[in-house]
Amino acid sequence: MSDMHEHSVAYVRDTMIDQQPAPETQGGVVNWMRANLFSSLSNGILTILAVYVLWKVLSGVAPWLLNGIWTAPSLSACREILQGATGGCFSVLTERWNQLLFGFQYPSDLYWRPTLAFVLLFVAIAPVLFYKVFPARMLIFTAIYPFLAYWLIWGGSLLVPVTAAAGLVAGYLVYSRLVTMSFAAGFFGGIAAASLVWYLAGLVPFGGVLALEPVDSRNMGGFMLNLILGTVCVSLSIPFGIALALGRQSSMPIIKWICVIFIEFIRGVPLITLLFVASVVLAYFLPPGTTFDLILRVIIMITMFASAYIAEVIRGGLAALPKGQYEAADSLGLDYPQAMRLIILPQALKISIPGIVNVAVGLFKDTTLVSVISMFDLIGMIRGPILASTEWNGVYWELLGFAALLFFVTCYGISQYSQWLERQLNTDRR
Amino acid sequence: MLLNDTRYRSYTFQFIALVCVAALFAWLGSNLAANLAAAGIGISYEFLGQSSNYDINQTLIEYSSQSTHLRASIVGLLNTLLVSILACITATIIGVFAGVLRLSNNWLVSKLMATYVEMFRNVPVLIWIIIIFTIMTAVAPAPSAFRGDDPDASMILGMFAFTNRGVYVPKPLLEPTGWVVLGIFAASVVSMIAYRRFATRKLYDEGKLLPTLWPSLAILFVPAVLAFYALGRPIGLEIPELGGFNFSGGITLLGSLIALWFALAIYTGAFIAENVRAGILSVSRGQTEAAAALGLRPRRIMNLVILPQALRVIVPPLISHYLNITKNSSLAIAVGYMDLTGTLGGITLNQTGRAIEAILLLMLFYLAISLAISALMNVYNSAVRLKER
Repeated sequence: MSDMHEHSVAYVRDTMIDQQPAPETQGGVVNWMRANLFSSLSNGILTILAVYVLWKVLSGVAPWLLNGIWTAPSLSACREILQGATGGCFSVLTERWNQLLFGFQYPSDLYWRPTLAFVLLFVAIAPVLFYKVFPARMLIFTAIYPFLAYWLIWGGSLLVPVTAAAGLVAGYLVYSRLVTMSFAAGFFGGIAAASLVWYLAGLVPFGGVLALEPVDSRNMGGFMLNLILGTVCVSLSIPFGIALALGRQSSMPIIKWICVIFIEFIRGVPLITLLFVASVVLAYFLPPGTTFDLILRVIIMITMFASAYIAEVIRGGLAALPKGQYEAADSLGLDYPQAMRLIILPQALKISIPGIVNVAVGLFKDTTLVSVISMFDLIGMIRGPILASTEWNGVYWELLGFAALLFFVTCYGISQYSQWLERQLNTDRR
Repeated sequence: MLLNDTRYRSYTFQFIALVCVAALFAWLGSNLAANLAAAGIGISYEFLGQSSNYDINQTLIEYSSQSTHLRASIVGLLNTLLVSILACITATIIGVFAGVLRLSNNWLVSKLMATYVEMFRNVPVLIWIIIIFTIMTAVAPAPSAFRGDDPDASMILGMFAFTNRGVYVPKPLLEPTGWVVLGIFAASVVSMIAYRRFATRKLYDEGKLLPTLWPSLAILFVPAVLAFYALGRPIGLEIPELGGFNFSGGITLLGSLIALWFALAIYTGAFIAENVRAGILSVSRGQTEAAAALGLRPRRIMNLVILPQALRVIVPPLISHYLNITKNSSLAIAVGYMDLTGTLGGITLNQTGRAIEAILLLMLFYLAISLAISALMNVYNSAVRLKER
């Protein structure tokens, strides 16, 4: 650097100035309020109205929440403690906690089993939900989980779920061997192999190998029943939904119309009527003498219901794919099953994820409808045994509020996850 | 082989599918026949013609326990339609308000609306129905609380009574000349529309802007009000009065109806709010700016540019929410409102034991309603479809 230059420039800043606070006139709480709450007369009125509503709600709910009694054996005892003051009687929740969660017939010394199954559920779905964080090897546990959960919740011999799993594994092995030949051969070969394993296993008498104390289906209840119905039906309905959606898109008229009629029929009737079918009609359509427990019949009907809705969501995803993708798959020489498996479905399912999650959340909320056909899920427990008992007759708000809170936390959590996932997957449309 | 020959493959598949479905139905049918034979009953709809022997607490058409089961089902169907229509209208109003307010630049209001939407969307509608039903039955005062000189409860505006037996509202009383007033009002509505059309044409043809607001209000109300007083107030209100153990007179709205109506409305309103918000956001900002650059006022920008485009996005999901309301109204059975599910799928089924027939009929009724609403949707969709040239 020459001397000349040094003298020609009066002053050169060689460090950055730290960020300065905004001028007085632009920052501060008052300005923020002026911009966001009182920007115009109508806005000001709205704000005052909103504050009033908020105050009304809070002043009603806050003492009820803060003054709540958590230890009292009954409502009358609760009222005695409160002596006329406002306050919730939350002791119903602590007193009947197990009934709310597990129903009133699940053996109380076995509560650890569904609890363990519930905890393991998170381990099982974690690698699916956060596939970038957890190693893919954990998916093995996810595959084992349904059988493990069945064994934990229903009890009985471990061999029952093991044979069920063995049948599926055998089916998968045969499928993966034959699929190179043709998809149809693999598919039907797999089904045949699985059926064969199950049939052979049926001949073997398995007694109490690693048997847990069995629990009858009709003893399931409480929030556990909602969770069981929700997770089982959603996971079962996704493959059915994919099949129905592909069938509806098919160029073969008979297959297309079978799918269309099924989907439109199911979507046209309320879930309650399908539950009625499960509780009073379905038995007529099964071979005489078969006894089917109610929970299984309900699972069948809810799965049918959910798969029709999921099929429509996936059909939307399929329709949203550019036609070029189909043509590209064709020009690579892939046949229909290959094109679907390798090119179309991965993309279509990715687009459909938000819709599928919406259906799942809606379905989970709809599992409360089983209380109408006198199953004792969370709502059934509240309206039935708990509110009808002499101790807690009249404790509406605490119980209903608790139920609402449980569902809110679950459903809000799922929908927030879906929005996060949508942002994660949004790779191509930035 | 037929499976590998591309000429016949699709026929083979369809044939297999058809055979499978036929086999499934044959299997179900044979099971049904065997079961029915074992139980000694057949399929018959004769029970629809028999007298029902039960009462319905809310009937829109004449009905008594001597009426037939078919009539009971129709009463139920009308009750379903009544609560669905009421809930659809209310849900739309709530949804539009909440959706627009959620986009408001008022921070507090938009947060409040977001809370409303998330709170109601994420809790099962059955819980909301039960909560409102509990308010209506367990919290509202008994009619006896309205009695005495210093009653615990009082009627709102001296007209509406909220009791645990239902809400009592005034009932309009029409004298014969009252119809004349109504006729005049109907004529005013028609002429107001005609005047507004005329004003629009005048604006487009000659560029003259006629005032519309005040003249339309005048056309709408002045003749009817004049006629109302000239004919000696032929329309009155029958205000419910406390007599005996209960209120008499006026219209009774059952607690179960109110519970179902409002629960469906606020629950679905939360979903509609999201649709409305998405619809308004879907109109790109450039549209607003372009309209402003053309010199349109904010209200006209909303009416002429944004709303027509937003409606195309809003209406199809809106109609599917109407469909959901209709289907969810079957939850009436949880609070004892006698809708189609309560009559045909409830008491009729239990009394006659005709489970298969009753449920099949029930499904067909709902299917018919759903198909009618979807047909409406298709008509609308084809009407507003972008006409591409």
